[in-house]
Amino acid sequence: MSEHIQEHEHIVSKKLYFGIFTALIVLLFVTVGVAYIPMGHLGIYVAMTIAIVKAVLVILYFMHVRYSSRLIWVVAGAGFVWLIILFGLAAPDYASREWLKVQGYEQLVGR
Amino acid sequence: MSDTHSMVAHQFDDALQQKEASTVGMWVFLVTEIMFFGGLLLAYFIYRTSYPHEFLIASHELNVTIGTINTCVLLTSSLTMALAVHAAQMGNRKGQVILLVVTMILGATFLVVKGFEYAEKFEHHLVPGSSFHFHSEATLQNPGAPEIFFSLYFALTGLHAFHMIIGLGLMTWLLVKAKRGRFSPQYYNPVEVGGLYWHFVDIVWIFLFPLLYLIDRSMLV
Repeated sequence: MSEHIQEHEHIVSKKLYFGIFTALIVLLFVTVGVAYIPMGHLGIYVAMTIAIVKAVLVILYFMHVRYSSRLIWVVAGAGFVWLIILFGLAAPDYASREWLKVQGYEQLVGR
Repeated sequence: MSDTHSMVAHQFDDALQQKEASTVGMWVFLVTEIMFFGGLLLAYFIYRTSYPHEFLIASHELNVTIGTINTCVLLTSSLTMALAVHAAQMGNRKGQVILLVVTMILGATFLVVKGFEYAEKFEHHLVPGSSFHFHSEATLQNPGAPEIFFSLYFALTGLHAFHMIIGLGLMTWLLVKAKRGRFSPQYYNPVEVGGLYWHFVDIVWIFLFPLLYLIDRSMLV
């Protein structure tokens, strides 16, 4: 019975876990270091890109999604598609208020 | 393969389907959690875009060293949690127990450090409410904005800490079961699923840390 289960399941090696962990720590120090480099508005994009890379590593390897069924890929993916819709619609809405001089935009941009 | 109770509940065809179902169930829950934090993060992004200068100054009240240490603690706890699941998959009962205990100690450490950070905020009048007072309020174009930053800080990190506390509760339950030898290579679903929850809470912090602590530290405030 145990053989039947093992052949369907991929057990991630401890070595890979330690490797991913090392990458996460390295990326953490990169995030902190980069915060001290002057880059104006670019800063948040760099920080979020690194954070997304770290999150993807945790999801694929620590959460085993890489070795999971398509059903789990779809469910996990759905969460992120939802986030893309949320930010994807809200960001242009707010960003364009100043361009189009929408009523009340002054309060929004703190002037 | 005799056992006091079957590893597979009656509604499932086999153990693999049962494991898949429990994993999907936890993921559906985590998607609702993504929505939960996503909404708060949207509020953060909108206010940060509206008051970039005030958010920068307010963020510099937070201690990067402490935040970095806490992030390391949480990342390590994710490693030990993944190793605990691995131990369960290998049927290593002693390993499961030790790794779950270490995960819990690291989680508790994170919360204690957070507690000290919160205490410091209280002392410096940075808790939103009647006692809130930001030192350079008078010089700012939007004097109310630092309080907005700290409202978001406490809402985000407070909600995160609450999730960590629930996580510690889950770990306690897993620890008790692991000690009793409940988990084996044939049945370790609860450890796997508990791990998914723990990793998710870690991912939330991975985003919160740079957003709250690391707003343009090249600028001297």
